[in-house]
Amino acid sequence: MRWPIGKSELRELLFNGVWRQNGGLVQVLGMCPVLVMSNSLVNGVSLGFATAGVMLISGSAIAALRHWVPNELRTPIFILIVAALVTMVDLLFKAYLHGLYSVLGIFIPLITTNCIVLARAEAYASRNGVLAAACDGLFMGLGLALVLAVLGGLRELLGQGTLLAGADLVFGPAARGWVLHALPAGWDYQFLPMLLPPGAFFGLALLIAAKSALDRRAARRKAAP
Amino acid sequence: MTAAPTALRRAGRDAIVLLLFSVAFTSLLAASHGLTAERIRHVEQAAKEAQLAQVLPAGGFDQSLLPQRRPLAAGLLGNRQPAFYYRALRAGQVQAVVLEATATGYGGPIQLLVGIGRDGRILGIRVPMHKETPGLGDYIDPARSDWNRQLLGQGAAAHWRVRKDGGDFDARAGATISPRAVLATVQDSLRWASSQPQLWQENER
Repeated sequence: MRWPIGKSELRELLFNGVWRQNGGLVQVLGMCPVLVMSNSLVNGVSLGFATAGVMLISGSAIAALRHWVPNELRTPIFILIVAALVTMVDLLFKAYLHGLYSVLGIFIPLITTNCIVLARAEAYASRNGVLAAACDGLFMGLGLALVLAVLGGLRELLGQGTLLAGADLVFGPAARGWVLHALPAGWDYQFLPMLLPPGAFFGLALLIAAKSALDRRAARRKAAP
Repeated sequence: MTAAPTALRRAGRDAIVLLLFSVAFTSLLAASHGLTAERIRHVEQAAKEAQLAQVLPAGGFDQSLLPQRRPLAAGLLGNRQPAFYYRALRAGQVQAVVLEATATGYGGPIQLLVGIGRDGRILGIRVPMHKETPGLGDYIDPARSDWNRQLLGQGAAAHWRVRKDGGDFDARAGATISPRAVLATVQDSLRWASSQPQLWQENER
């Protein structure tokens, strides 16, 4: 059996999802959960992976069913599929990963309304094969997870001087000792603007600016012999 | 008049497609609900039990707390939603009760779990939900700070106010609304528990 997707295509999808068309930094889609859940590294990574998982499943499901979907009914049927899959993921989280569920709470059902899921369904999964759409969904999701991880880590570090706080909610009580303190714990350091919503906007702006600067430098290097 | 039948037929076909998709995905949802419902109920009960146990000393009871759930009268202890109390039994005797109470803080309701021992002293306090300002009033949450340790072991004899108001308890300068609310509600809980002798009777007669 021929592998239905070439290596260069795969590399292209990965580069697109994680960097060139990054869901958080370039398409700037799905900002509601991104801004709210990025107040710590653990929260950001958890939501990022949950979104990546949903995008992987919804991308493959939509690509698999695309020939049965009449063109004019695309949007309602895609929403139906995404909403049903997210609800199933929600139920599974509740049943098997209850600690993580208590962290992400309302934001798992809200993945449905995350525009990036529907945007990829419309722009990619409805026109490509199952495997390609699965990869596209996964890589787009991982790109978003990466942004969430960096943003969450940045806000947690600047906001309360720690990293990995709350890891015990995901990995069990053993992870309580994983918390890294940049400053002595007794200092009780806190810089509220970074923890509250404004910090999400500042952080995201910094990341977008940093990405543009990197891209521009790369372009200059390419231009110069 | 040739366009009408084809448009109608198209609409009918689309309706059927939409219906089929809805039925398929609704059945998928129903199936996953059926498969997980039992486990979710189980996990949620275990989580509730663990949360209640946090306000009681380890080994302070030898029976599951959830079967000992009893309703609190409406509006009691600041609760606007239906609330409950739980009795912790050891060797057939009520050792402690856990009360669900709601204080009114700066940002809205502060849900409290108050563990009270048979001797009328506070065994533990947890804050399952609050909306106090992060970094300012949220130190009443034991997940954030050790503030409410000073309440442990206190009974009706203590002065349940912050020091600034002539009471026994420390509060952070500039953020006294949240601790005031918590202290008042904890005092109400203590008073109510001591005014209800049937709370401590095994057979509840």
